[in-house]
Amino acid sequence: MIRDILKQIEEVDAAIDAQQEPLTDEDTALRSALLLKRSNLLNECRELSAEDKVFLARHPRRPKIDEYIHALFTDFFEQKGDRQCKEDPSILGGIALYKGLPVTVIGHRKGSDLASNMTYNFGMPGPEGYRKALRLMRQAEKFGRPVITFIDTPGAYPGMEAEARGQGEAIARNLAEMSQLTVPVIAVVTGEGSSGGALALGVANKVLMLENAVYSVLSPEGFASILWKDASRHGEACEIMKLTAQDLFEFHVADEIVPEPLGGAQLDHGALFACLDVALTKNLAFLRKFSGNTLAAQRYKKYRQIGQ
Amino acid sequence: MIRLIKPILDTPKQKAFEWKARREANGTAQPWQEAQFFTCPKCQRRATRANWSEHLYVCPNCGHYQPIGGYYRLSMILDHGSFKELNEKTTGRDFLHFPGYPEKLSLQRRKTGLSEAVVTATGKIHGIQVVAAVLDSRFFMGSMGTGVGEKVTLAVEYAAAKKLPLIIFSASGGARMQEGIYSLMQMAKTSAAIASFSAKGGLYISYLTHPTTGGVTASFASLGDITLAEPHALIGFAGPRVIEQTIGQKLPAGFQRSEYLEEHGFVDKIVPRSEMRETLAQILKLHTNGGKRL
Repeated sequence: MIRDILKQIEEVDAAIDAQQEPLTDEDTALRSALLLKRSNLLNECRELSAEDKVFLARHPRRPKIDEYIHALFTDFFEQKGDRQCKEDPSILGGIALYKGLPVTVIGHRKGSDLASNMTYNFGMPGPEGYRKALRLMRQAEKFGRPVITFIDTPGAYPGMEAEARGQGEAIARNLAEMSQLTVPVIAVVTGEGSSGGALALGVANKVLMLENAVYSVLSPEGFASILWKDASRHGEACEIMKLTAQDLFEFHVADEIVPEPLGGAQLDHGALFACLDVALTKNLAFLRKFSGNTLAAQRYKKYRQIGQ
Repeated sequence: MIRLIKPILDTPKQKAFEWKARREANGTAQPWQEAQFFTCPKCQRRATRANWSEHLYVCPNCGHYQPIGGYYRLSMILDHGSFKELNEKTTGRDFLHFPGYPEKLSLQRRKTGLSEAVVTATGKIHGIQVVAAVLDSRFFMGSMGTGVGEKVTLAVEYAAAKKLPLIIFSASGGARMQEGIYSLMQMAKTSAAIASFSAKGGLYISYLTHPTTGGVTASFASLGDITLAEPHALIGFAGPRVIEQTIGQKLPAGFQRSEYLEEHGFVDKIVPRSEMRETLAQILKLHTNGGKRL
């Protein structure tokens, strides 16, 4: 289990950090032993089960949208509100420069601790969030900006207010309008992409998935409770749902897998950002060659042939 | 002159259609085994099948709307003899090699006589040619997998190609879990098809029936130019049980019902089953401009 391996790695890291400078000969020997142990532990992370990947995809120290924006873009200007009734902080969006090119960036926002997670509703948007996203995408189309979305959500929020304001309609509208956008759309599944709440930002020309990200029709817990009326069987559900990046690449749902550092993105944010940067640059350069109508037609075709 | 002569005998296709509709109305595997009584699942009172069918399967005692099959519903709205089924043979596939799914599918097929949870057809309403798709909640809860997604998309594309109005009757428990990510992607596929149809000026009437939830609500069912609903149908994205678990309290009566949606601005009109055909005809007439349709 990846959970135990990561715990051991943490202990090794703590032991290394605890060593006092300057190092004696004894300390140096200990350190090299620790480093050896660390790399051996990391090597055990090469073969991960689907359940391990779900664990990594939800890891609290996995990079969040604001970190991606900070690392990959410059001059980010946040745009708030759906212009109808509310600002939904569980979706972050705005304009930024990507290597000098103005783009619209939108993504689910999760917090890193309980307090911030309460503010961002654990990355579960209501209809206002999706309507804000749609507003930003329409604007991107008006100004000819490519749209880059980051997907990381347990699903759309199942609450009374969300239903009263038309959660289903908001998601449906996004799917319909995103399919028609005449600018390049790239979606990056960075963590867990669950249900229509993830797809509502995901109708893209290119869908990239981080190596340990997962994307599924429902969370494994929800899946297990619907099929077997037993949410505790989620481990079993992970395996049969085929939700890993590698599975989805095979199904042609994901177009590219972005490699992560061994042991998961949370161990080395910088390495992940570098890999993602390469993938984004390549795909953006490729998509910008096409006209708006070609892009919309390509997107239509991409989804049209899934399950044909 | 030829058109004035009414056909004395129905075509074999029309007969087969009526056979299927009658089978659904009788709720039995064989049309000749007519069950005598049917008990209302709500008020538990019995009435004869003939009485139920006279009331279009709205309970004669308490007014409960009994879910009905696709062929039966089409037989209620289409002009006699105009029914022509589209893509009858298209079905979903077991893309994920999900344990037990093929067996379950064949069981559902035997039980309902349907090949998928949707029937798509073209026919006429008061002489106006339309494309209609009816989801059937008896088949796998009307859940949307690749079969439903593909058939609905084909119907939308057919309507776009022939410049015909489109009517979809939704009834669904959401995405078909056994088809995993493929069923999720059907939401994008059907919504994109509707968007493209709409951009070409097509008229789409979405008719919501009990229950419409999950992935179907969050895709084509919510994208109608005109949205109608059957009285007291459950319509929503998240199911009531999930919401209750999340917020930790009981939901008020009437929550997520047609009347609630109408009040919150998501439904144009609640239409009783008995007025379904006339209302559709009226809307179609309002979109007919000097013989030019769509």
